[in-house]
Amino acid sequence: MQRSVKTLAAACAVVALAVGAGVRTAAAEDTITLGAAVSLTGKYSVNGKNTQDGYNLAAKVINEHGGVKVGGKAYQLKIVYYDDESTSARGAQLVERLISQDHVDFVLGPYGSALTKAIVPITEKYGVPMVEGNGADRGLFTKGYKYLFATLNTSDYYLRAAVSILADEAKREGRDPKSLKIAIAIENDNFSQDVRDGVEEDAKKYGMQVVIDDKLPADLNDMTATLTKVKALKPDALFISGHEKGAVLGIREVAAQRVYVPMLALTHCDSAQITEKFGKDANYAFCGSQWDSRMTYSDRWFGNPQKYAELFNATFHYEPPYQAAESTATVEVFADAIARAGSLDRAKVRDAIAATDMMTFYGPIKFDATGKNIAKSMVMYQVQDQKYVVVAPAKWATGKPIFPAPQWDKR
Amino acid sequence: MSNLTVLADAPVLLVQLVVSGILVGAIFALVAYGMALVWGVMNIINIAQGEFVMLGGYVVFFLDRAGIAPVFGIPVAALVLYVVGVALYHTVIRRIVGRDMFTSILATFGISILLQQLANQLFSADIRTVRSGLPSLFFADGMITIPEVNLVGFAAAVVVGALLVAFLRTTRMGQAIRATAQNARAARVLGIDTDRVYATTFAINCAICGAAGGLVAMTWFIQPYLGLTYTLRSFMIVIVAGLGNLSGVIVAGAGLGVVEDLAGFVLGSEYQTAFVFMLLVVILVGRNLWLARERRSLR
Repeated sequence: MQRSVKTLAAACAVVALAVGAGVRTAAAEDTITLGAAVSLTGKYSVNGKNTQDGYNLAAKVINEHGGVKVGGKAYQLKIVYYDDESTSARGAQLVERLISQDHVDFVLGPYGSALTKAIVPITEKYGVPMVEGNGADRGLFTKGYKYLFATLNTSDYYLRAAVSILADEAKREGRDPKSLKIAIAIENDNFSQDVRDGVEEDAKKYGMQVVIDDKLPADLNDMTATLTKVKALKPDALFISGHEKGAVLGIREVAAQRVYVPMLALTHCDSAQITEKFGKDANYAFCGSQWDSRMTYSDRWFGNPQKYAELFNATFHYEPPYQAAESTATVEVFADAIARAGSLDRAKVRDAIAATDMMTFYGPIKFDATGKNIAKSMVMYQVQDQKYVVVAPAKWATGKPIFPAPQWDKR
Repeated sequence: MSNLTVLADAPVLLVQLVVSGILVGAIFALVAYGMALVWGVMNIINIAQGEFVMLGGYVVFFLDRAGIAPVFGIPVAALVLYVVGVALYHTVIRRIVGRDMFTSILATFGISILLQQLANQLFSADIRTVRSGLPSLFFADGMITIPEVNLVGFAAAVVVGALLVAFLRTTRMGQAIRATAQNARAARVLGIDTDRVYATTFAINCAICGAAGGLVAMTWFIQPYLGLTYTLRSFMIVIVAGLGNLSGVIVAGAGLGVVEDLAGFVLGSEYQTAFVFMLLVVILVGRNLWLARERRSLR
């Protein structure tokens, strides 16, 4: 028994050495190795795959365009993946392994705020720059991390635009925003509570009154209690957020119980496929989103958002959700910064990333001192006639918001 | 406490909460029937209960996608899960019957993880729903709404409960199951094939969960990781109802639904589950005190 254990240990050591050596030689052949632990199994596996597809498409296209030029020499991008199984502890372990055993040059973010939170201490410890596109929790950017950069908007911005639309539309109707009542039903996790804080902050700014403020439980399966309160207190807007599950339950139960609110605002509508699932019942819902392929941004590698979406669809056979787009953008940030740094030195690349000021198909990218992207704005959709219409920001709007939503018997 | 004033101002909302609580609780009760059955007969606490619900939901979902209405999908889901139950019995469960309860908890926990991950690999973590196409009923000027799909769930729970009781009382197999539950060894001595009895019991449980899963997919949503919610709730219902008390299960299920809704309304949904489990503790402590008094009077 003991012997077999020893043999096994020896075999493992040999394999580990071989793998390590493999990566080493590959790195020598003019490649820049990026490492990522993404959720390929477990509860985030759908979004984890979006993230991986986004990364892969970026690497492929950048390599096709001649790779990244560092000091006159062209490097190809290579990405090493591990599956973090949607658990934080595993994610942290794997990133440690990517850095200390696989010797990756830089780290790409995982999917989601929770996993990102688990990984940052490791990348900080080793001083490895990490650009991520899927950790939106505000808390990530208040801890003074030096090597963390995010291409996306923080989660408190997901529904702020809905609050402004509510205030504007009320003013247009001749109502004082101070007379507005809002209801909040948002899941009790860091990310979602950030969404909630954004709504509350802006509502306060307009003097609106928060009449319901429910924190939905993680094992949420029924919203009757909250919706009954909504029926009783008749708020002007109902904000529901809790990842895909929140969007699905929100639309399903609001429709089934015919709860009327002039404005229903959600997050994660497109990834939850509410229009496909619920058809007409999804109409008039407002949805916060990071990105839309109809924006008119330009991009060095992909041309523009439409072309990106076409290429993505042709490669992976589904429409790119924003989770994929923001992941692609993170690889672009690396490519741009490494070229500007003219070196693979981590500290130099870190400084180059911090000085990023670029336009991508995903939107403009410029980081503040805490590492979050301050140049891009969120998109607000409204589902009109079962299609997503961009209603904010005004510059890219493809339609006007419909407020108040018609009563259920008039739909 | 302002929520209490709302309730006092509009008592009609109380009716809404109670009615929808009862209807929702019925689906939980359905899952709890199965758990009570397996627990009572085989002395196994099945942690994979919720995963059977999840699988049943997926059967109905895929049938619906293939154009078969959920009404027909639900019996098929029950049938498919019956087969799954028989297969699981012969591979795993038969090895743990009669062992210590800890072993059975571990083994079924393993099954639950396996089924979760398999579902995730095969069906992806996407959230799925089945559209029942049923409308909602309105009362009291729209203040009370009852989605018809909830009524269907309630009716199904009552029908399955009645069928189960009839099956256990009248059929040969039902009698064999009850005999085995009372004393497995005596049953074996009297010529009952307890292995078959256990297989049937476990498979019936799976079938019930399968049907419940279909209802869950029609009422809410399904995804590979929803199992725990149903396992925990059915566990709690069985505890409150007491083992071997099938009519108690439906009362406890409905009660759980109502208490959850009321707690969610008054305290806010963040305390919904917490309140229910606190109540469980109170009930258990209370019952223990009451039983202790009974014991004293027996002395």
